[in-house]
Amino acid sequence: MGAPVAINGPIGERAITCSHSQWSTGAAEQSERVRAESMGSMVASVEEIGAAAAPQAVERRLGELRATFESGRTRPLSWRQSQLRGLLRLLADKEEEAFRALHDDLGKHRAEAYRDEVGVLTKSANAALREIGKWAAPEKVWVPLVAFPASAQVVPEPLGVVLIFSCWNFPLGLSLEPLIGAIAAGNAVALKPSELAPATARFLEENIGEYLDATAVKVIQGGPAVGEQLMEHRWDKVLFTGCPRVARVVMAAAVKHLTPVALELGGKCPCIFDAVAGRRNLQTSVNRVIFAKWSSCAGQACIAIDYVLVEERFAPTLIKLLKSTLKRFIADSDQMARIVNGRHFQRLSNLLKDPAVAASILHGGGLDAKNLSIEPTILLNPPLDSAIMTEEIFGPLLPIITVKKIEDSIAFVRARPKPLAVYAFTDSAPLKRRIVEETSSGSVTFNDAVVQFGVDTLPFGGVGQSGFGQYHGKYSFEMFSHKKAVLRRGFLVEAMLRYPPWDEQKIAMMRHLFRYDYVRFIFTFLGLRR
Amino acid sequence: MVESRAAAVQELRARFAAGQTRPAEWRAAQLRGGLRMATEMEAEICDALHADLGKPKTEAHVHELSLIKSSCLFALKNLKKWMKPQKVPAKLMNFPSTARITPEPLGLVLVISAWNYPLLLSLDPVIGAIAAGNAVALKPSEGAPAMSSLLAELLPRFVDGTCIKVIEGGVKETTALLNQKWDKIFYTGNSRVGRVVMTAAAKHLTPAVLELGGKCPVVVDSNVDLHIAAKRIAAGKWGCNNGQACIAPDFIITTQAFAPKLLESLKKVLEKFYGKDPLLSADLSRVVNASHFGRLKGLMDEEMVSDKIVFGGQRDEQQLKIAPTIFLDVPLDSAIMKEEIFGPLLPILTVDKIHESFGLINSMAKPLAAYLFTRDSELQNQFEGAISAGGMLFNDTSIHLTNPYLPFGGVGESGTGAYHGKFSFDAFSHRKAVMNRGFAGEARARYPPYSAPKLKILKGVLEGKLGDMIQAILGFPRGK
Repeated sequence: MGAPVAINGPIGERAITCSHSQWSTGAAEQSERVRAESMGSMVASVEEIGAAAAPQAVERRLGELRATFESGRTRPLSWRQSQLRGLLRLLADKEEEAFRALHDDLGKHRAEAYRDEVGVLTKSANAALREIGKWAAPEKVWVPLVAFPASAQVVPEPLGVVLIFSCWNFPLGLSLEPLIGAIAAGNAVALKPSELAPATARFLEENIGEYLDATAVKVIQGGPAVGEQLMEHRWDKVLFTGCPRVARVVMAAAVKHLTPVALELGGKCPCIFDAVAGRRNLQTSVNRVIFAKWSSCAGQACIAIDYVLVEERFAPTLIKLLKSTLKRFIADSDQMARIVNGRHFQRLSNLLKDPAVAASILHGGGLDAKNLSIEPTILLNPPLDSAIMTEEIFGPLLPIITVKKIEDSIAFVRARPKPLAVYAFTDSAPLKRRIVEETSSGSVTFNDAVVQFGVDTLPFGGVGQSGFGQYHGKYSFEMFSHKKAVLRRGFLVEAMLRYPPWDEQKIAMMRHLFRYDYVRFIFTFLGLRR
Repeated sequence: MVESRAAAVQELRARFAAGQTRPAEWRAAQLRGGLRMATEMEAEICDALHADLGKPKTEAHVHELSLIKSSCLFALKNLKKWMKPQKVPAKLMNFPSTARITPEPLGLVLVISAWNYPLLLSLDPVIGAIAAGNAVALKPSEGAPAMSSLLAELLPRFVDGTCIKVIEGGVKETTALLNQKWDKIFYTGNSRVGRVVMTAAAKHLTPAVLELGGKCPVVVDSNVDLHIAAKRIAAGKWGCNNGQACIAPDFIITTQAFAPKLLESLKKVLEKFYGKDPLLSADLSRVVNASHFGRLKGLMDEEMVSDKIVFGGQRDEQQLKIAPTIFLDVPLDSAIMKEEIFGPLLPILTVDKIHESFGLINSMAKPLAAYLFTRDSELQNQFEGAISAGGMLFNDTSIHLTNPYLPFGGVGESGTGAYHGKFSFDAFSHRKAVMNRGFAGEARARYPPYSAPKLKILKGVLEGKLGDMIQAILGFPRGK
């Protein structure tokens, strides 16, 4: 009972480190209790979810959102600021509850929960409060002389009523970060948390209405059926975070009302690991790889490192350092989130079932179905056509792929769908330049990973299969805004040449004007006089 | 020799993958080629526009050729600046690091054009796509066949035909094109086909820009220079392809008291512009084809509307010409008030007080453009705040589209995405975030095993507390 399943196999000189001690009975028992609680709460919340998402109730609530927006309530800066302050208060007052919910749903340690979700949200809401005046201000733009007298501006306005589909892996962050942008932009918002993270969904439902304006921000619970019902409606924007399969469904449904969508998907984020010089920097790099693979929701993150590319001759060094550092960092299962549910646990287990893949396991491979936990697992050169190398892993399994020369990594990455992030640990400026210029991805980060998420001066979003649309910081504001062009003219100066009946003279003058060639224009104009 | 569609798309993909469209020199060469084409082939282009639409030479120059030329020039002038990565502050908590945003081409772009400005709406998006370094397939509208075949013939002579291809055809060919995988689709047209495009885009998760239309309202206050207002309204309505333009004024709203004066002024202006018999004027475009002619005739002849004509109404089915026609107070549920007119018919609706126009406009779908004529700046500000539209223009019509510093695009039913000027470059680019971290300042607090002291430092770092950041950088907490 609680004994982890270990996968053993002959690998020649590679030995499997099956770290049973990490998944000791004590920890297993505790995890089991937690899991049982989650199961219980999950069942309860499914019932609640069912009730909350009754079709008529949803209709009524959506109608309320629309009426609230039309009333103009969400437009004044003061309202938006009050909402952001409310959110900050929520995050402060209910921090313990939030940590508990994230632990229930994913086994996240409070430090991880703070570092990746609560803390980031606090930073974002504070930044939005500081910057909102600047973001919402109309921007004056240049008007060519030919339009004199005139003034032109680009005026941001809210799109209206927007829908945010969140995801289960960062259930708080992926709900509230877009919410910050949507509110800052002056919209009314419907938030649909993932039903696969029910404790957080319940946390949001219980608290959003308390701390924010419940007529303008609503949490709508449910599973795919509710999602489908929501997409029957007209939204002024939909943000979807999740997998490509469901994204296609959402985008196809959006066609009905020509709803603009933004899709935050994922992909296989590669980490190109060059031979970094110096032991200290090498250790730092390995620390950061571990952080980006196992320390962020056990690899269940769209920007987690999916696999590593390293030169053949350097692989042993890297692997040795990974193993020893893993021992220090993740000594027991408390230090790492668990797998979200049985289905994903099964999916990940199946990735390892392929005999050729199982044979490539160098470290870990321990599976604990009862506690939904999988040891940090390292594989060396699993077959490139195996599922673990063709699908997004989204779990604590790290394939290491060796190449002859590190530059070969570039062709490897290019041959595959564009990921949300490309990572590289290297001192080489030429390699960095080649990676930026020759690969395409949502973002590129050198000598670290995942941290780009917290830099809100950088747009966050995918390209190609990893999605479209960007947010964070001011980009969140823009994602939920329409930039309206506004041109003001006076009656003072009237250009006769605009109007029919036409003649060659008028055409000549217009030619000059459109080239902003005012001198020739004046001559032609004077010629007209004569 | 017309290559097969599949082969064409394959070549585009191969050329893009080989990096042919990336260098600034290549992009500039294409833009210069486009400029040369618009300059050297003026006569041929005007002829094609006349064949397709009966477009007067002046409109051909002012609304299409000139705009294409200034688009090319603007892109050429700003290309290097637009391509340059933009440094951004990287935040103290990530010290040491640098961050920048690098624009990169999306890859293969499909531009589907419309028939009413068949040169402009084909080449303007293509200019943006090229400036951004993409390979492009252009599908000109089959509704303007002369321009379509002219573009197919001319473009390969002036630009790199291996990376910029014209693919002609109708519904069947367009559907087949839409089934291919593109990195961006740019569609100009109506919302019905816009939905077809979006459905196809959804299959490959392709982002799309949809430039659609709508009923662009013109609100006319009494506090105006009436003669100038009438001229500008007329120029925007009938001087733009005889009303067949997405930003042409669709209908007018004014007060009951002011309507007679406005009407008188419009009549005077129309006579001055087009003479006593507008069907004979060379300065009016014709209706594009028999199908649209029939549609417009239907709008005019609807029972509840036909007796509301107060000016015009003449038509010539043979020549596909309809004279500028004004209606007064048609019912809101008439066909002419329910769909985008896209023709020379102008309903004038009257209200008691000018503010009532706001509610009326907001009861309809968001248009591509909204116009208000008034000297009252308070009314202007209220209009700006209350009405959502792609773009907004006070005391004039249509011309905002010529300003390359203003984004041009719709909202809601009038579309999604914008272009012109730098917005074109952005529409066809991916803003790639690039972050470069140093190895110094290794923050132990980030890593497991987690502890309360670590959490405390993390909190401080995320809240921007300098003291905690310093501790983090110095490797606190010591030990683990």
